[in-house]
Amino acid sequence: MSDSTHAAEHHDGPHAKGLWRWLTTTNHKDIGTLYLVFSLVMFLVGGAMALIIRSELFQPGLQLVDPHFFNQMTTMHALVMIFGALMPAFVGLANWQIPLMVGAPDMALPRMNNWSFWILPPAFLLLIATLFMPGGAPAGGWTLYPPLILQTGEAFPFVVFSLHLLGASSILGAINIIVTITNMRAPGMGFMKMPMFVWTWLITAYLLIGAMPVLAGAITMLLTDRYFGTTFFLAAGGGDPVMFQHIFWFFGHPEVYILILPAFGIISQIIPTFSRKPLFGYTSMVVATSAIAFLSYVVWAHHMFTTGMPQAGMLFFMISTMFIAVPTGVKIFNWLATLWRGSISFETPMLFALAFVILFTIGGFSGLMLALVPADIQYHDTYFVVAHFHYVLVPGAIFSVIAAVYYWLPKWTGHRYDETLGKWHFWLSTIFVNVLFFPQHFLGLASMPRRIPDYSVQFTEFNMISSIGAFGFGLSQLLFVWVLVKCVRGGAKASAKVWDEPNGLEWTVPSPAPYHTFETPPKV
Amino acid sequence: MNRSKAYSGWIIAALAATTLCAAGPAAAEWALDFPASATELGGKIRGLHHTALIICVVIGVIVFGVLGYSLMKFRKSQGAQPAKFSHSTKAEVIWTVIPVLILVGLAIPSARVLIEMEDTQSADLRVVVTGYQWKWRYEYPDHGISFFSNMTEESKAAAIVGAGHELHEHYLRDVDNPMVVPAGRKVKLQLTSNDVIHAWWIPDLYVKRDAVPGTINETWFEVGEPGVYRGQCAELCGRGHGFMPIVVEALPPEEFDAWAAAQTMAGSSETALKTASVAVASGPNAQ
Repeated sequence: MSDSTHAAEHHDGPHAKGLWRWLTTTNHKDIGTLYLVFSLVMFLVGGAMALIIRSELFQPGLQLVDPHFFNQMTTMHALVMIFGALMPAFVGLANWQIPLMVGAPDMALPRMNNWSFWILPPAFLLLIATLFMPGGAPAGGWTLYPPLILQTGEAFPFVVFSLHLLGASSILGAINIIVTITNMRAPGMGFMKMPMFVWTWLITAYLLIGAMPVLAGAITMLLTDRYFGTTFFLAAGGGDPVMFQHIFWFFGHPEVYILILPAFGIISQIIPTFSRKPLFGYTSMVVATSAIAFLSYVVWAHHMFTTGMPQAGMLFFMISTMFIAVPTGVKIFNWLATLWRGSISFETPMLFALAFVILFTIGGFSGLMLALVPADIQYHDTYFVVAHFHYVLVPGAIFSVIAAVYYWLPKWTGHRYDETLGKWHFWLSTIFVNVLFFPQHFLGLASMPRRIPDYSVQFTEFNMISSIGAFGFGLSQLLFVWVLVKCVRGGAKASAKVWDEPNGLEWTVPSPAPYHTFETPPKV
Repeated sequence: MNRSKAYSGWIIAALAATTLCAAGPAAAEWALDFPASATELGGKIRGLHHTALIICVVIGVIVFGVLGYSLMKFRKSQGAQPAKFSHSTKAEVIWTVIPVLILVGLAIPSARVLIEMEDTQSADLRVVVTGYQWKWRYEYPDHGISFFSNMTEESKAAAIVGAGHELHEHYLRDVDNPMVVPAGRKVKLQLTSNDVIHAWWIPDLYVKRDAVPGTINETWFEVGEPGVYRGQCAELCGRGHGFMPIVVEALPPEEFDAWAAAQTMAGSSETALKTASVAVASGPNAQ
């Protein structure tokens, strides 16, 4: 610890000032901040789109938007939230925390790190600009199924290019993370001594490198189908539209785990800290994460049970999908065992982590139900599915990001956030997220299809409740923005440890963490 | 002070929960579950869904029970001292093996129902279903019947932005020409599409299958009782996706035969007329 403090005194911080600093920075903390701020902006943009959707669905009949625009909103909401809000949030956390947690001075490839962030803003400008192009933004769903997606107007090549850029950014980020974790751990930190957040990110980075090129291939084939006369996915030329779905979901299912494995890592950091007890079953956590990553590559066709598939295929994908419940269950049980006989306190990060455990588990239950092919035929493409993946992504992945921000914010800013406001943020978010998504289970079971701008009258009541929840949840996030601004600006001084007895190297450096840390590797 | 804040949080949570629960059973339209099935196979699917749901609820009660107990019992504010343990091979083996057993127990009945669902052999009637943006076409190859099925004008008029029309009971799930089938007979559907992917779905029949261009998908159903069953397209297919209703009218077999005969007659007289006009147009004088 004295080493790093000593080193910090000799380095003043960023070499450039103002905008130029942020454009040219190669510092992992600066780049982490850029990613996190970008992610927050995209979260609000994607949230605004969700509120347009929920406003139209407040009551039956078409009141506000044209169905084509509605479809653009559902498509863009998903793309913005997945590629703009969630993935950059996790990469931002990785940038800030991985060097601090493994005792490295920075990421292994700092210039590439700068580049992988700065690809993002132009890519999203391009994607959002498609809303103003003739024919509008893509409206075929984020899954981009042909032939429908090929009916996109002039925006089509821009969408494909923008997704290529996002993919490139993710792959560069993933390479950087793998190289950093593999080569720059402090002496004495073997693989099986790495914090869980580092472990889950290592595995996630491999998933990214495996999955993103597959998406790139699929969208390139769409591009050539549209402009260069190929017929990969067009039946008229001997192609097969269902082939696209196989390729897409071979990317898409690992993508789901890209969005949740780092969340598992975050929860595995937070629960032990506020239980004042070591994480239960570290080894089995590592094994379970690896098992989930492996299984994620052999379950893709469970998104496609209604497309017409050989019976043996359906059975295979049903069983492989059900087996994901086993390692996921192990994780939940390990968290419970960590809490068991601990000394638990309920600071804001812990509250979000506990809500994650409960609500993610509910999402897991509906996931298990969805795995059963005969029942899935009925659930498929209904609001039951919408409820399922929003439970794992909103009170799942997003809650984990929020928990992580509260957990490490004092380390980043040197100030304690306002605990009372943090708790208000937690309770409002948790209540409204359930008001928002729980009724959608019932809508799906009662047969409301997803991606419709208008619905039959029997679905009115639950849609109204859901829309009220959506506005409540959306507005609660403004409170989050306020807490963040307030904490960055000032507040009670945070100590180096911040919490009672947290484990890990990041707590050995002062708060705020100096611009340069661990220039001399710490001893583990 | 901290204490009172924690309590206010609990009170908000409790209030929200009560509002939701109290509102639950109040009205008839608050459907909470799969619809009652109109087919025998659908009943089995519904049963499977209930089995899975009950298993999940039981596991949920146990898991959340243990969690709740820990949060009450092992609070720092109650003076709880942390234990030191960090693994137990025995516990880990138990909570790996038990889920595996539950899953196997769930997979077996699912596989049985699946095999039954996929058996499209020995059907009594075949209907070819073709999806269009945004309507359906039904063909009965063995009867020479073919017609389009559109959303009714009444629903169309109401489904315009800001129309503000009174929405009738079957708003958006009302068609001009329903698919007509005999009750108590096995009907095989062959699905395809003319443009983009659609999905043919009647919730009460527990049938959903994609209509994919260039492919013929098969599925089947056997309606128990005569009646009208409503659904809609389930795969995003563009601007009119929400306005592509599906209605099946199941008639007693004799009435179905009468309907089919009348349609065949009407169809063949139309065809005869067309043939006649073509013959005239391409007759000797046409050259």
